Amino acid sequence: MARTLKLRIWRGNDEDGALQDVTVEGNNGEVVLDIIHRVQATQMGDLAVRWNCKAGKCGSCSMEINGKPRLACMTQISAYGDDEVITITPLRAFPVIKDLVTDVSFNYKKAMEVRAYEHPADLKPGEARMQQVDVERSQEFRKCIECFLCQDTCHVIRDHEENKKSFAGPRFFIRIAELDMHPLDTLRNRKQTAQSEHGLGMCNITKCCTEVCPEHIRITDNAIIPMKERVVDVKYDPLRWLGSVIRKRDGIL
Amino acid sequence: MTANLERHKYDIVVIGAGGAGLRAALEAREAGLTVAIVCKSLFGKAHTVMAEGGAAASMGNVNEKDNWMVHFRDTMRGGKFLNHYRMAELHAKEAPDRIWELETWGALFDRTKEGKISQRNFGGHEYPRLAHVGDRTGLELIRTMQQRIVALQQVDARETGNPETNIRVFAEVTITEILNENGKVAGAYGYRRENGAEVLFEAPAVVIATGGVGKTFKITSNSWEGTGDGHALALKSGANLVDMEFLQFHPTGMVWPLSVKGILVTESVRGEGGILTNSLGERFMFKYIPDVFKNQYADNEAEADRWYIDQDNNRRPPELLPRDEVARAINSEVKAGRGTEHGGVFLDVSKRLSAEIIKKRLPSMWHQFYELAGVDITKEAMEVGPTCHYVMGGVEVNPDTAAAVGVEGLFAAGEVAGGMHGSNRLGGNSLTDLLVFGRRAGMGAVAYVKSHGANPVSDSTIVKAATRIAAPFTRVGGENAYSLHQELQEITHNLVGIIRTRAELVEAIEKIADIRKRSANISVTGDRMFNPGFHLAFDLDNMLLVAESTAKSALLREESRGGHTRDDFPGMNPTWRQVNHISSFDGTQVNIKAQSLPVLPKELFDLFDVHELEKYMTPQEIAKGGSN
Repeated sequence: MARTLKLRIWRGNDEDGALQDVTVEGNNGEVVLDIIHRVQATQMGDLAVRWNCKAGKCGSCSMEINGKPRLACMTQISAYGDDEVITITPLRAFPVIKDLVTDVSFNYKKAMEVRAYEHPADLKPGEARMQQVDVERSQEFRKCIECFLCQDTCHVIRDHEENKKSFAGPRFFIRIAELDMHPLDTLRNRKQTAQSEHGLGMCNITKCCTEVCPEHIRITDNAIIPMKERVVDVKYDPLRWLGSVIRKRDGIL
Repeated sequence: MTANLERHKYDIVVIGAGGAGLRAALEAREAGLTVAIVCKSLFGKAHTVMAEGGAAASMGNVNEKDNWMVHFRDTMRGGKFLNHYRMAELHAKEAPDRIWELETWGALFDRTKEGKISQRNFGGHEYPRLAHVGDRTGLELIRTMQQRIVALQQVDARETGNPETNIRVFAEVTITEILNENGKVAGAYGYRRENGAEVLFEAPAVVIATGGVGKTFKITSNSWEGTGDGHALALKSGANLVDMEFLQFHPTGMVWPLSVKGILVTESVRGEGGILTNSLGERFMFKYIPDVFKNQYADNEAEADRWYIDQDNNRRPPELLPRDEVARAINSEVKAGRGTEHGGVFLDVSKRLSAEIIKKRLPSMWHQFYELAGVDITKEAMEVGPTCHYVMGGVEVNPDTAAAVGVEGLFAAGEVAGGMHGSNRLGGNSLTDLLVFGRRAGMGAVAYVKSHGANPVSDSTIVKAATRIAAPFTRVGGENAYSLHQELQEITHNLVGIIRTRAELVEAIEKIADIRKRSANISVTGDRMFNPGFHLAFDLDNMLLVAESTAKSALLREESRGGHTRDDFPGMNPTWRQVNHISSFDGTQVNIKAQSLPVLPKELFDLFDVHELEKYMTPQEIAKGGSN
């Protein structure tokens, strides 16, 4: 069962660092996070890695494995050949704190910029009635575990630090879409602000975010594209624009 | 040394950003006080996200016969009547409001046909009672409250220009000490995990909401965070723990592959119709229905299967017995040689539901087994076995205010608090526990702060806390924290596990004491920058106190009840039901004393059929008929 794994693990901080070669035992059925823990316990007691649930539910152990943004807890070592070197590096879009741990505070700042849910003032607790089909659209986006892999892979910010200021990123486009499709939310014009304040227009729908999403949320197809389409509709059709100002639910297909 | 220290002043410090901590913080902020939320992980990653099945609240949306009294009865039965009745009462009464309130903050629960919040069946609950979102209900709770906090920060940003005026989250900070001055809480002290830099919080009230202790054990559904920090912090600051012998082994954890051993398989699988079989193909749970539950559970397959269609005229399938019963049954089957290849039993939902419905109702289970074990649960059975899941014991609190007994200014809510669940927690009761008592802890802390002023921290207290953090770096060639942790997990797993005996518990207590002695000599390599070896040194100290408290309480309780099974005292004993075990810490070791359980008041006593109570209580208690 046991096999010998050859790893290259990035060690260092935001200013300086290098890949280090490590050889370590691995067992059938183990995931990359298990291997990192074994390295930690036996060879590098101070190797920094962020993790939590180890079941793909919290989105803490995001890193890049052979260049691909992944959750280390959901990446089986059996996916790599016997002679293959597994290269483990921190998320590239964010500053490194130490080793595999990055400073993801960018995402929390962006979360703060998305206007919160607004409940109808006259709807008392317990009175809400919604149909399952109507909540399911937003529920898909509420599956998000905030691993920020979509943010990491998005080429608008991955190698363009200068875009970060005006671009919220896929995670927050689905947050806006979620609120926009929420059957009860009363705040108007979420799609328009996605365009005007959160940089929706910078996305050119290459679907990289959808590909890396461990929750298989169809970020591009179900959130970004419908919002882009409606923004265009509303922007160029004065009657629809007027309608969207008068009543919030201009619908999204 | 105190000159460059990072210092903060707040009205209330909440330790822990899971459901209970966030709910407490929201309550305090809404009351106009300033709050710091301190958490070991990033904001939104707390272990609450792992809660799958749902939140139990008797809204009566699916079966209108449900109400708080039925919920209260179920909770007391589940806990084998060792629950603090007042906590169970408050919980049952307030849970529906706490769920509806989440909806006003944007939560989106699954719906019934009428558009109300849908409710599902769960072990020990008489009616469908669990509000849920597929099988990711905990994530919905966390995200809703996380986003509610952001909403309030946006209000502050608009009004004051600074989102963190009233509520601020300190992520990736570990608290190592609750600071007391003049016998009252004065704040908390810790370090930033990122760089080891120390942080002082001055606050007259501290709410502990740190969750559980699972990492004390070898096989657990808990993440690395479940190291009993709050339990230990409370003990060391002079508070008590109650009934630490009661640990819940969830009957269904993954058993294979090795790397995921212990990860939770939600009880919803059984709630949705999953059946348990052994390697002979027997549906074995029918053999394990205890006398006290004979009236509620079907003793044959035909009736059990009919229940899924007609719940009014059939008894429930025994797969839905309370967790302690199911965990012991699985343990017995495996011990008798009827287990699976990897030491579990089979859990199969594929024969009752279509692939489409399984993927819709149990999406993360499908995902988890497909990705981690290569098993497609829409086609084949899962292999499952017991995993250490939840600690019923915890900080002894006043049920109404969540104030810790023994220390002024200290509050506790959620898993870290004891009493609510008695000897065994029902599934679904934990998510509403943390909402109900998180809110009450917030209210309790607010009332306390308003009637007491600030309580400044002295320099000598700071120096003491700082010295303790620096100590592991000053030692060279000492013990390795990782090895000691592994040793501790072997001891708890082998000697303080699901089935316990006197001899093994005595041995465990000696061995835990030995590790504690050696842990005083832990040395750490590397520096303070995000150093997991350094972090574990402090987590381990907490786990050792928890393990000592559990082993000592377990040794004294000479009966079997809920999450405490003694091979040498197999039955439930009504005299023991009247006893709580109170742990306290004298600076050297944990001491246990027996204390009388509060007596059920007459109005709650009368909610039960007296013949049912006779199974749990002494004839004298029955004759008395409650406290008044």
